[in-house]
Amino acid sequence: MDPVASAVRLAVQEALHILSSSEDGGHIISTLRSLRRYLGETETQAPAEEQEEFSRTHFSTILRCLVGKLSPDWLDLLPDGQLEELWASFFLEGPADQAFLVLMESIEGAASPSFRLMKMAQLLARFLSAGRMAAVMEGQCGQQVGPASRLLQETLLTRVVGLPDRLGNRLQRETLAAFFPQNYFPLLGEEVLRVLQAVVDSLRGGLDCSISFLSQVLGKACVHGRQKEILGVLVPRLMVLTQGNCLWQRVCWRLVERVPDRAMEAMLKGLVEASPGPEVLSRLLGNLVTKSKKAQFVMTRKLLFLQYSCSTPMLQSLLGYLAMDSQRRPLLVQALKELLETWGSSSAIRHAPLEQQRYVSKALLICLAHLGEAELQASRDELLASLMEGVKSRLDNSLPPVRRLGMIVAEVASARLHPEGPPLKFQYEEDDLTREMLALAAPRPVADGPLEAGPPVAPVGGESPDQETVDSGGPQAGREGSDSELDSDDELVPYDMSGDGEQRSSKTPAYVRDCLEALTASEDWERWEAALRALEGLVLKSPAATREVSLELAKVLLHLEEKTAVAGFEGLRQRALVAVTVTDAARVAEYLAAQFYALNYSLRQRMDILDVLALAAQELSRPGRLGRASQRGPLGPGSQPSGATVPAWQAVVEERVRRKTRRFCKGSTGRAAAAGPNEFNVVAGYFFFPLLQRFDRPVVTFDLLGDDQLVLGRLAHTLGALMYLAVNTAVAVPMGKALLEFVWALRFHGDAYVRQGLLSAVSSVLLSVPAERLLADLPDELLEARSWLADVAEQDADEDCRLLAVKALLLLEKLRDRLLPLSSP
Amino acid sequence: GKRMAAPAPDPQFTLRGAGSAVCALHFCSGAQGRPLLLSGSLRGLVHIWNLETRRPLAALDGHGGQCVTWLHTLPRGPQLLSQGRDLQLCVWDLAEGRSAVVDAMRLESVGFCRASILAEGPQRWMLAVPGRGNDEVQILELPSKTLVSCLKPEAGARLGMPMCLQLWQAESSPRPLLLAGYEDGSLALWDVSMRKLCSRAACHSEPVMGLALDPRRARGVSGSAEKALAVWSLEGQQALQVRGTHELTNPGIADLKIRPDSKILATAGWDHRVRVFQWRTMRPLAVLAFHSATVHCVAFDATGLLAAGSGDQRISVWSLYPPT
Repeated sequence: MDPVASAVRLAVQEALHILSSSEDGGHIISTLRSLRRYLGETETQAPAEEQEEFSRTHFSTILRCLVGKLSPDWLDLLPDGQLEELWASFFLEGPADQAFLVLMESIEGAASPSFRLMKMAQLLARFLSAGRMAAVMEGQCGQQVGPASRLLQETLLTRVVGLPDRLGNRLQRETLAAFFPQNYFPLLGEEVLRVLQAVVDSLRGGLDCSISFLSQVLGKACVHGRQKEILGVLVPRLMVLTQGNCLWQRVCWRLVERVPDRAMEAMLKGLVEASPGPEVLSRLLGNLVTKSKKAQFVMTRKLLFLQYSCSTPMLQSLLGYLAMDSQRRPLLVQALKELLETWGSSSAIRHAPLEQQRYVSKALLICLAHLGEAELQASRDELLASLMEGVKSRLDNSLPPVRRLGMIVAEVASARLHPEGPPLKFQYEEDDLTREMLALAAPRPVADGPLEAGPPVAPVGGESPDQETVDSGGPQAGREGSDSELDSDDELVPYDMSGDGEQRSSKTPAYVRDCLEALTASEDWERWEAALRALEGLVLKSPAATREVSLELAKVLLHLEEKTAVAGFEGLRQRALVAVTVTDAARVAEYLAAQFYALNYSLRQRMDILDVLALAAQELSRPGRLGRASQRGPLGPGSQPSGATVPAWQAVVEERVRRKTRRFCKGSTGRAAAAGPNEFNVVAGYFFFPLLQRFDRPVVTFDLLGDDQLVLGRLAHTLGALMYLAVNTAVAVPMGKALLEFVWALRFHGDAYVRQGLLSAVSSVLLSVPAERLLADLPDELLEARSWLADVAEQDADEDCRLLAVKALLLLEKLRDRLLPLSSP
Repeated sequence: GKRMAAPAPDPQFTLRGAGSAVCALHFCSGAQGRPLLLSGSLRGLVHIWNLETRRPLAALDGHGGQCVTWLHTLPRGPQLLSQGRDLQLCVWDLAEGRSAVVDAMRLESVGFCRASILAEGPQRWMLAVPGRGNDEVQILELPSKTLVSCLKPEAGARLGMPMCLQLWQAESSPRPLLLAGYEDGSLALWDVSMRKLCSRAACHSEPVMGLALDPRRARGVSGSAEKALAVWSLEGQQALQVRGTHELTNPGIADLKIRPDSKILATAGWDHRVRVFQWRTMRPLAVLAFHSATVHCVAFDATGLLAAGSGDQRISVWSLYPPT
C-alpha cells in the first residue's frame, strides 16, 4: 500500500475514534484542527498528495461522523459556539460536491422534526449563500467523465435540481426561504453564470472544459417547470455577455446544444419566452435548429402545430429567429408551407379549436412578413393552391370568427403572393383581433440588425374631428391675406348641434292599407320610405285593419327590396314583419313557415323568415303583453292614465298631495306584472311544425343537408328558441318529441354551428317540457340524448359545443334530482 | 378636452303677422337711424317692421298678390326696390312715412332669380336682373333704367337659367364684375363692361340657389338643391376656383349671407333650419331649428343681427357671436 495513503488512513481513523468517544472539548477541537490540515486552509498544510487522498477517500466519512455527533450537548462542550463553527467549516470549505451530497443525505435521513434536521437545513442554507453551489457545478466541468462519476453526476444533478422539493418534503412548514423554488432557482441561475464565467476564463487560459453538467442542470430545471425563474436570471445576463463576444457566444451555444433531448422542448420554450426578441434568441441559440434534430422539431413543428400556447411576441421571436440566418430561412419557408396547408385543410378547420386556428393564422402572417419576394415566388404555386383551398373552406364555414380569419389571411397572403394582381378586399368588422393580425402582417426588414422600435404607423390616418374645414387650402389662403383682424375669430364657440339630424318627410301614411299601397305601387321613394317607417306603429295600433290584409302585407314585406338607400332598412322591415306576424299569428306564421321551404327564395329571405318567426314567438309569449296592448288603446272611463300622458300640472298636484298626506300603511305602489295566458300557446304549432317537415328533402335551390348548412344551423337555433318560448303550453310535449327526433337525425353533423343549434335545442326541450311528461313520454329519447351529450361534452372540437353540452347535461341532472324523490318509495 | 357645448340658442324675438310665407328680408335704417326690417311675403306684401316695438309699421301692397322675391333700399330718399313675381320691379318712396310706388320696371323673366344692385356713384346704380332670353342677364343703369349690357353665354354653353346674381366691384379695379349662378350648377364670373365671361366653375350638380361673396377675401360660398355648400375663390379677380365643398345634413339651401364683418356665414335651409358657420374655416357653429317650414331667406344688419324668414310665416331674429 501507498505510504501516503496509509499515513492519511491512520490519522483519519484516530480522529474518528476520538470524535466518536471523547467527551473532552479541548481534545475534540484539537483533533478537528489537525484534520483541517488536509483541507489546505491552515498555515500548517498537509502535503498535496495527502490532501488529495483525504478528500478522495475520507472526507465523506469524516463529514458523516460529524453529522452523527451533532447534538446540543456535544456542541456545548466548548463555550461560544466554537465547536459549531469549526464543525460547519468542514462542510463549507471542503470539496463541495461531497459536502453537498452528505448535507442532502443527512437532511433526508434525519428524523423530522429534530434538532439535527434544523441544524443541517440551516447549514445547507449557509452553504447556498456562500456560493458553494457554483463550486459543486464547477467541480463537474473539468472532469473527464468515466462510468463511475457519471452515476455520481446523475445523483448530484437530481439533488441540485430537486433541492427545493426534497427540502420542502422534509421540512414541511419549517422550510427556509432560501429553499423556496422562487428563491432557489434564480440563485441557481446566478451560480450557473459564475461557473460559465469560470469556464470562459479557463478557455481563455487554454484549458479544456466540459459544460454538459451545466446543460443538464439547465435542462432539468426547465423540465421541472422552472424556466421562468432560472432563465429570467440567465437570459438578461447572457444577452449582455454574448453581445459582440465570440467566446461567450460559443459557450452559450454549447450550453444549449448539450441540453438533453428530453429537456430540449422545455428549455427552448422558456428561452423563446424569456428572450426579448429574435436577435437575442439568435445570439443565444446560434444555429441550434440545424444541428439538433430535436430542437428543429420543437421549433418548427411542436411549438407551431402541436401546441398553441405561445403568446404573439413569442411567436414573433420564434419565427424571427428562423428568419435571421440564411441557413435557417429554408426552415421558415417550409414552416410557411406547412402552416398554410394546416390553415387551409378543411378537416383542421372543422376539428381544431378556434384558438388554435387563430394561432396558426397569426404564425402564418408573421412568416409572410418575414419572407422576401423571391422566396415567396419560388414556391408560389404551391402556396396559392393551399391558400385558395383554405379561403374557400373558411368562407363556407358558418362560424363568423372562422370566416373572418379566412378573410384577413386571404387579404394579406394574396397581396404578398400575388402583388401584381388586384388587391383582395373583404368587408369585416374591425376589432382588436383584426387590428392585431393586420399589424403582424406589416412587412419587416430582412436584415438581422435590431428591429425598428415601435409598430409601423398605419398609412391611412383618420382625419381629426376638428378638421371640418372645406379644405386646407381655403383657410390657408385666408390666413395669408393682409387683413389679420379678420382672422381673430377663433374664440367663436360652437353651440350644441347634436340635434341636427336628417329630416323626415311629411308623407307618412296614416293607415295600414295606405302603407301597403305605398310599398307596392309607389314610385315616390320618400313616401315608400315613410310607409316603411310608419308600418310597425300602424300595425300595432290597428290590429283589426291589419288582419284584413295580413297575408298581403307579409308577402310584400318578405319580398321587399331595398330600392333606395334607407338607413336601417333591414331592421324596419323585420320589425314590421314581426308586428304583422304577432297581430295575425296563425295565418301569417303558417304562411311564412311554408315559404321557408318554397322554391324561389334567397338564403337571406329564408333566414329572415326564421328570425321573424322567433321574434314574433318571443313577443307573443311575453307575459303581460295583453295588458300593455290594451293600455295602448283608447282609455276607458276611470282607467289610470299612463305615465307618459300625465300633464305636468297633474304631476305637480299629485306630488303635493302625496307629500301632505300621511298614510298609516302602504300598499304596493308598483303595478304588479299582469298575469295572462301565454298567447303563443294557441299558435305555437303553426310556427313550429311546418319548419320541421321538409328539412331532409332538398329542392333545386335549397339543400339544407348540403351546401346550405348555415341556414340549417339557423333553423336548429330557431326551433330551439320556439321550443323554449312554448314553455307552459299544451303543445310543448309533441314539440319536444319532434325536436328530439330532429336533433337525433342530425347529431353527427360536421358543422359546429349546426351542432350548437342542436345542443341548445336539447336544452330548450329540457327546460320547456314538464319533467313528468319527459320521463313518461320520451324516456328512450332522453337516454340517447344523454349519451350523445356526454360524448360531445368530452370530445367535440368546438369549445362552445362542449359548453352547451355540459349545460344540457346539468339540466338533465337537475331533472333527475327533481324526479328521484318522487320515484323513490 | 372638448368643452361642454352650450345648448342651441333661442331667437332674440320673432315677428309674426306677415300673413304668408316670408320670401325676402332686408335690413335698413329708418328715420333717426332706427333699425328697420323689411320683409316680402308670398302674397305680395312688403312689411316694414320696427325692431324696437317689434310690430309692423306698414304693409306695402304693390305686386298684385304675387310673391315678393327681393328687397333693397337705396340711400336716396330712402327708396325701396322690390322685385315681385308679377314681373314688376317697384321703386318706393319711404321718406317721411310715405309709402307709394314712385316708379316701376317691367321685368322679362318669370324665374326665381333675385336681382342685384351696385352703387356706381352717389346717384347712379347698376342693376342686374334676369333677362329676356332663357339664359341671359341684363344690366340696367338706374335711375335712368337704360339697358347698358346684356350678358349672354355663347351658344353652346348650356348653362340654363341664371338662378342668383351678385354684382361687385373691387376697390382696386374700375371694372364691375357679376357673379351668376346658373341652373346647371355652375358659377360664372362676368366682366360687365367688357360683356365677357371671364371664368366659369362647376360648383354644384343641381341649380345654384344662392351665393354670398366676401369681397375682402375674394372668396365666396354658394348653395344649391344638393346636400353641400361650395366654397370658391376669385383668383386675381379673374379666375373662379372651387376650393372645396362642405357637406350638409339635409339637402337644399335657399339663401346664404355672410355677415358684414366677414366672421360668420348663415344659410337658409329647406330642412327648416338656419345653419351658422365660422366663415373663415367653415366650422359649423350652430344649427337654429326654430322654424317649422322651409327657411326662404336670411339677412344680417350692420350690428350683427341675423333675421330669417320662413314658410311658417314667421321671421326669427337672432343675436349670435356679437361683433366686437
